[in-house]
Amino acid sequence: MNKYVERLYNGIVKENPIFIMMLGMCPTLAVTTSATNGAGMGLSTTVVLAAANLLISAIRKFIPDKVRMPSYIVVVASLVTIVELLLKAYLPSVNEALGIYIPLIVVNCIIFGRVEAYAAKNAVGVSFFDGIGMGLGFTIALIAIGAFRELLGAGTLFGYGIMPESFTPIAMFVQAPGAFLVLAMLTALQNKLMLPSATNGSGRKSTLACGGDCANCSGEVYAANHSDLQKAKEIAATVENNAKKSQKED
Amino acid sequence: MKDFFVNLLILLVAGAFVNNVVLSQFLGICSFLGISNKIKTATGMGFAVIFVITMASAIASAIYKFVLRPLDLDYLQTIVFIMVIACLVQFVEMVIKKFSPTLYNALGVYLPLITTNCAVLGVALINVQNDYDIFTSIVNGFGTSLGYTIAIILLAGIRERMEFNNISKSFKGSPIVLITATLMAMAFYGFAGIV
Repeated sequence: MNKYVERLYNGIVKENPIFIMMLGMCPTLAVTTSATNGAGMGLSTTVVLAAANLLISAIRKFIPDKVRMPSYIVVVASLVTIVELLLKAYLPSVNEALGIYIPLIVVNCIIFGRVEAYAAKNAVGVSFFDGIGMGLGFTIALIAIGAFRELLGAGTLFGYGIMPESFTPIAMFVQAPGAFLVLAMLTALQNKLMLPSATNGSGRKSTLACGGDCANCSGEVYAANHSDLQKAKEIAATVENNAKKSQKED
Repeated sequence: MKDFFVNLLILLVAGAFVNNVVLSQFLGICSFLGISNKIKTATGMGFAVIFVITMASAIASAIYKFVLRPLDLDYLQTIVFIMVIACLVQFVEMVIKKFSPTLYNALGVYLPLITTNCAVLGVALINVQNDYDIFTSIVNGFGTSLGYTIAIILLAGIRERMEFNNISKSFKGSPIVLITATLMAMAFYGFAGIV
């Protein structure tokens, strides 16, 4: 497989940010009241993700290691501002529907995760495609969850009424509790069918510093001290190896 | 004057219960689900969040009012706010470490986590969007973070009680936590319409 296609496949299927990695839960729950909203949020995030990966991969050799986090924040926040202004100008209805969640793309952990784990180490071209793949994976997941909630909660799909008239919409699904319920059922289904997912620990481990498992994060590991942690682990491993070696020699 | 205080009280109740930041606006979900397995840690996180959100609301709306607005730089708000929050959290961490080791032990672990908590940036942006003045922003920030603390402590309490329950295999772990959150969100829905 071509390395660019491989990146797309990886983002959409193998490491799908929502279904497999369980990243970026806030927008997932908040904006999936309809398939259209899900698509709007997903595509906005895709644009930011691809552009952030592209830019940071291009300047990765100039960013000093110590200030990399603040630099990433500035780059991502600028991109989000650009997207926000573009939406305000050309798609005011989408901007209205997504409201505060557009500027909140800045704190979406998918973006920092990809930038830190992939773009900061890889060439411009693959990083760009990695961003697009991850973004599309996110978009597809949001549209799927949004369509499900819209269908049950309002009886429509992308705004078109498709359920028979005898169907009474279950309003709860488009309200706040429905979001939690749908996600609960999704994760339970993944557990039941033994599908890989971060929530049952069988999914591919995220390359994110904190492990990327928001649902089981206990807060002890934080991105900033991750490298220290890694070093400590390496030291511990070498010490252990040495101890084993000396035991064998004895 | 009386009206002013009544409005603030309404804002406080609305922030804490009616528009609960986690259960109806979905901000700060990661920490809500992650750090809620013990009441003790949940309380620590909750108070750290109250502290940071209240301070961040004050500083962010002051910067918006006295710097961004007069200079017509409204569109820079996202960048400025996220930087301010990141710096604020670092600063608060250093100050607490220096002056109150006890407080640092209680809140310190959670402070770095809060930078990426979307509730902080969310509240700052909501304050600006609704044109709240600085004092109202502080009250809104306090009310919102109080709502977060109430929700996370309640969830932690329920989770502690559920620990030894016999839960079906597929629902073990995060599914049952999410179901609990569903029921809590339904309960909080009962507050809708109070204000």
